[in-house]
Amino acid sequence: MPLLNIRNLTVRFATATGSFTAVDGIDVSVDRGEVLAIVGESGSGKSVSMLAVMGLLPDTATITADEMTYDGQDIRDMSPALRRKLIGREITMIFQEPIASLNPSFTVGFQIEEVLRLNLRMSRGQARARALELFQAVGIPAPEEKLKAYPHQMSGGQCQRVMIAIALASNPRLLIADEPTTALDVTIQKQILDLLLKLQDDYDMALILITHDMGVVAETADRVVVQYKGKKMEEADVLSLFEAPKHAYTRALLSALPEHAEGDRLPTVSDYFEQEASR
Amino acid sequence: MTAVVEGRAIVQDYHVPGGILAKARTVRALKGVDFAVPKGKTLAIVGESGSGKSTLARIIALIDAPSGGELLLDGLPVDIGKRRPDSALRSKVQMVFQNPYGSLNPRQKIGNVLTEPLVINTDTPAAERRDRAEAMLQKVGLLPEHYNRYPHMFSGGQRQRIAIARALMLNPSLLVLDEPVSALDLSVQAQVLNLLADLQDELELTYVFVSHDLSVVRYIADEVMVISNGEAVEQGTRDQIFANPTHPYTQQLFNATPVTDVEAIRQRVARRRMAREARPA
Repeated sequence: MPLLNIRNLTVRFATATGSFTAVDGIDVSVDRGEVLAIVGESGSGKSVSMLAVMGLLPDTATITADEMTYDGQDIRDMSPALRRKLIGREITMIFQEPIASLNPSFTVGFQIEEVLRLNLRMSRGQARARALELFQAVGIPAPEEKLKAYPHQMSGGQCQRVMIAIALASNPRLLIADEPTTALDVTIQKQILDLLLKLQDDYDMALILITHDMGVVAETADRVVVQYKGKKMEEADVLSLFEAPKHAYTRALLSALPEHAEGDRLPTVSDYFEQEASR
Repeated sequence: MTAVVEGRAIVQDYHVPGGILAKARTVRALKGVDFAVPKGKTLAIVGESGSGKSTLARIIALIDAPSGGELLLDGLPVDIGKRRPDSALRSKVQMVFQNPYGSLNPRQKIGNVLTEPLVINTDTPAAERRDRAEAMLQKVGLLPEHYNRYPHMFSGGQRQRIAIARALMLNPSLLVLDEPVSALDLSVQAQVLNLLADLQDELELTYVFVSHDLSVVRYIADEVMVISNGEAVEQGTRDQIFANPTHPYTQQLFNATPVTDVEAIRQRVARRRMAREARPA
């Protein structure tokens, strides 16, 4: 049985001009210890489907699904109290902009200890000790001093490490990372991805990685879901996806990688659709 | 042939004023950088955040005056610290910024975005300004109808096209592009890079292209300068740098760049499977 299982998920937003379907009948499942990448461009609904799982969508969103279970429990009509036990403890999430995700008015130490005290009912002393341990686990240099630092005193890569430490605080079994390295430099991106994979392995978590970058997919994923305009285009293990992409859209995404440029022009996704149409 | 832009031992110092607790200090962001870009070519400046690559871009774009060294445009020395650049000089060099969401005024119509450089730097009559703006919109792959729209009506890729159009309104010979595609999705990134390549061919533009993404650099650059801690650690043609990176920092950058080649993925998947099987259940 998969850890998280979603069947036929649809998310609609009520807008001034009528209803807009952001996610249209998506199936997603992830097993224990697995790294799943969800790839797509902006507007493909890749973040929205995961926000629906987390219950982070605004009231204008209507979420329907045939099945939405975590570890066998149905999350659709779970009571808010039960849901709070799950979200933020068993399932945690990190976001694209690490600096914006942290509160600028409090030290990072306070913010991680807050999670430990409120969510896990730790005492101040226990929380301080565990925070230090987590900072060490995510590789923050001079962790004791950094606990007293404010987010603006740290680099983007370090803030993302803090976010990862906060997400790991409750020993989650599923970590959802929404474009965790998009705001970061390549060298820092490499460090953060290596860290996520190492922690995923150490803690035997399931990891869902949302990204638009095929390079990130190639370096991290076990299995890949390709999404376009709210629909699933293709699902495959990472090797078959790169070796023999089945869907035209996947081929288009892969050919838009600058290293796959043939001659002077980069093929774009729309070129690809024209080509497929004229076939 | 003289280079369109040349820098000789460019130095930039930033003074950090002291406070109650900290002493005033000086940070040397650029430690003497040399470069020259011939007409119609692209120099890529590669480095990570804090390396000084954007500082250098701002000096080349005549936004900041360097603390030391000499900047030459078309072989003539330029010192904006002594004399403010006149409109002829401003017309020569234009800049495109990283974030197209931040670089366009949300309350300014696209038409005004494009004609403003003409209003400030030239005495082109209004009707001609409009014609030129509409023609420029078409040149960058947008439509003349977009003249009266606001930035929020456009996607990120379209906004970056508008920012490029604005930079081209004064017929510059040199365009400084500071991470122009790093805020864009992969497929949109490909479109904008194609546009930049087409415009370079058509208008014989010279580019200084700042980036941290080596796969983009490999596609667009003729010459590459790798910069780290304010020093140019490696300089050469694209083929030299990509075939044989010699400086450890360049090698580190290459190692950090994701590999999408099937063989590399096969090896990674196999390594991971072996590690899992070796672990006691």
